[in-house]
Amino acid sequence: MRKLRYGAAIAEALAEEMERDPEVFLIGEDIGEAGGVFGVTRGLFKKFGPDRVFDTPISEEAIVGAAVGAALVGARPVVEVMFGDFVTLAMDMLVNQAAKTSYMTGGRIGVPVTVRMVTGTAGSTAGQHSQSLEAWFVHTPGLKVVAPSNAADAKGLVKAAIRDPDPVMVFEHKLLYGRSDQVPDQVDPLPLGEGRVVREGEDVTVVSYLHTLYAALEAAERLEEEGISVEVLDPRSLVPFDRRLLSDSLRKTGRLLVAHEAPRRGGVGAEIAAIAAEEMWDLLGAPITRVCGANTPMPYAPELEGFVIPDAARIAEGIRATVKGSPGRLTPV
Amino acid sequence: MTGRNMNLDHDIELFRSMYLIRRFEERAAHLRQQGFIPGFLHPYVGQEAVAVGVCAALEEGDVITSTHRGHGHMLARGAEPNRMYAELYARQDGYNRAKGGSLHMIDAELGFLGANGIVGGGIPLATGAALQKKREGKKRVAVSFFGDGATNEGSFHESLNLSALWLLPVVFVCENNFYGEFTPQHKHQPITEIARRADSYAMEVVVEGNYVLEVRKAAQEAVDRARAGEGPTLIEARTYRHRGHYEGDMARYRPPGELEEWMARDPLVVFAKHLRDRGVDDSVLREVRQAVEDRLDGAARFAEQSPHPQPGEALEDVYTETHQGMALR
Repeated sequence: MRKLRYGAAIAEALAEEMERDPEVFLIGEDIGEAGGVFGVTRGLFKKFGPDRVFDTPISEEAIVGAAVGAALVGARPVVEVMFGDFVTLAMDMLVNQAAKTSYMTGGRIGVPVTVRMVTGTAGSTAGQHSQSLEAWFVHTPGLKVVAPSNAADAKGLVKAAIRDPDPVMVFEHKLLYGRSDQVPDQVDPLPLGEGRVVREGEDVTVVSYLHTLYAALEAAERLEEEGISVEVLDPRSLVPFDRRLLSDSLRKTGRLLVAHEAPRRGGVGAEIAAIAAEEMWDLLGAPITRVCGANTPMPYAPELEGFVIPDAARIAEGIRATVKGSPGRLTPV
Repeated sequence: MTGRNMNLDHDIELFRSMYLIRRFEERAAHLRQQGFIPGFLHPYVGQEAVAVGVCAALEEGDVITSTHRGHGHMLARGAEPNRMYAELYARQDGYNRAKGGSLHMIDAELGFLGANGIVGGGIPLATGAALQKKREGKKRVAVSFFGDGATNEGSFHESLNLSALWLLPVVFVCENNFYGEFTPQHKHQPITEIARRADSYAMEVVVEGNYVLEVRKAAQEAVDRARAGEGPTLIEARTYRHRGHYEGDMARYRPPGELEEWMARDPLVVFAKHLRDRGVDDSVLREVRQAVEDRLDGAARFAEQSPHPQPGEALEDVYTETHQGMALR
């Protein structure tokens, strides 16, 4: 075990996969000599050279399209989308091309491409550099979606994403890059679709991921003093989603709250709530609560930004309401 | 056999390939009218010289990407008409197991990386395939076919810039048929020579797209450049589609006389004349035509006899959720 930063863990995953498989290459804006805007790929250009680490023009559709095209003929490319918001410029290549290929070829051709996207809010980056767009990809059949919340999971999930036969979207939260975690000396690919219990509890299940997971854990700790025992789950993969982890937990707690930074409307929380309501109704003893980002673009002012995304206090408030069984959770803000 | 005769034999094969495309499309249109084929059809009739001329310059291991009007490219690359018709009929033996249809037919083993339902969608894919071919170091090339309409898409400009910057072994073939769907060229772009769009990438060539030998010559030069590591070429092949944008489109937006003008330059008529001038007997061309008709008769029978897909196949070939062991619909 050693302490490792989240970004460095991803870099290790990339390097180890590139060493293992010559068909793995990296492509993106300023990821080579500059090492990436968040420094994740620092050192990889020097180590693997310009034939494995491609610095590109600012051309997102061509970048993702080139990766998908190379994957069609044998490569396993890893794309970095500098800010996840810019993936809007490459949506055709992901949604209409990569996501459809395996299906529309009757399983004959896979697209083993990994798309790493920097996501989430971090200090007034405002409307075009701070969004959480994971729900779009969760909604698109043919894509898989992972959202690691710590360094060890990040390393394992990136490795699994690269080896997966399907296109996998990896969401990396900006505020997690600076975080350090204990990481085993050797990390194997973490199978997609395996969540984990981050904190055990009896009264209510909270599902959260990426940076919001830590707000949920903070809320859980505060509520312990109030005598509310909170179980916190991190699904780690959003597609596939670990249903068994959720049902095992609900069997114990009977109550569910989902928290994420992305807007509430049509968010991943809606899907998780629907899974619980449709498939685990007999385990539920209280209405389901969502604590999510507001249905607004991300504002610039720090106090507005903080107002829009959920923090520990709001999650705690939601948990109290859920435990009381009172639908006061949609308090006007 | 003398070199001259060998060349002539080769040219007759070009004619066969063009005629196969022509009749495949005409029959498909007819079969669709009769209710055998659901969905869209965008016939390639009139543009055959481009697909055949370009693909004649390719070798095994080279790849192409295509468009919504993709049957011609796929046939020119050597696809089996029976499995193509089976796909159009939405049957299990189709190239896509009945999950793609006309717009998405694909066979990577042939180096055919797919028709595409998105205008300009194949251009970045060919760019990426060329990147991989370059990495492999085997001197293979990627060709992207697209129309005049696609040159207004960002994917076109991004891909030309990237591939010129990296000297990728890719040939961009713009089939300028002078219409983007229903809109004539002068109403969708401010230039008439699309090749000029490649000025800033220094790689333009214009060719008369209805003369298959000229197309082949231009393609051969571009492919040779690509194989030699000298980077991409944009070929503008000027041609015309005889039918509407899709089957059912009456093409009333065409000015009177335009179709007739182009029909006089029908690539099959022009090339048949060329072959006759070089001494090929009419009976040879008749035999070629008959062989194509027989092949397509067999292909349509194959499609008709191929089984329909089972409903459960709709949940295969993609990750789907399961509940109590059953795939969730």
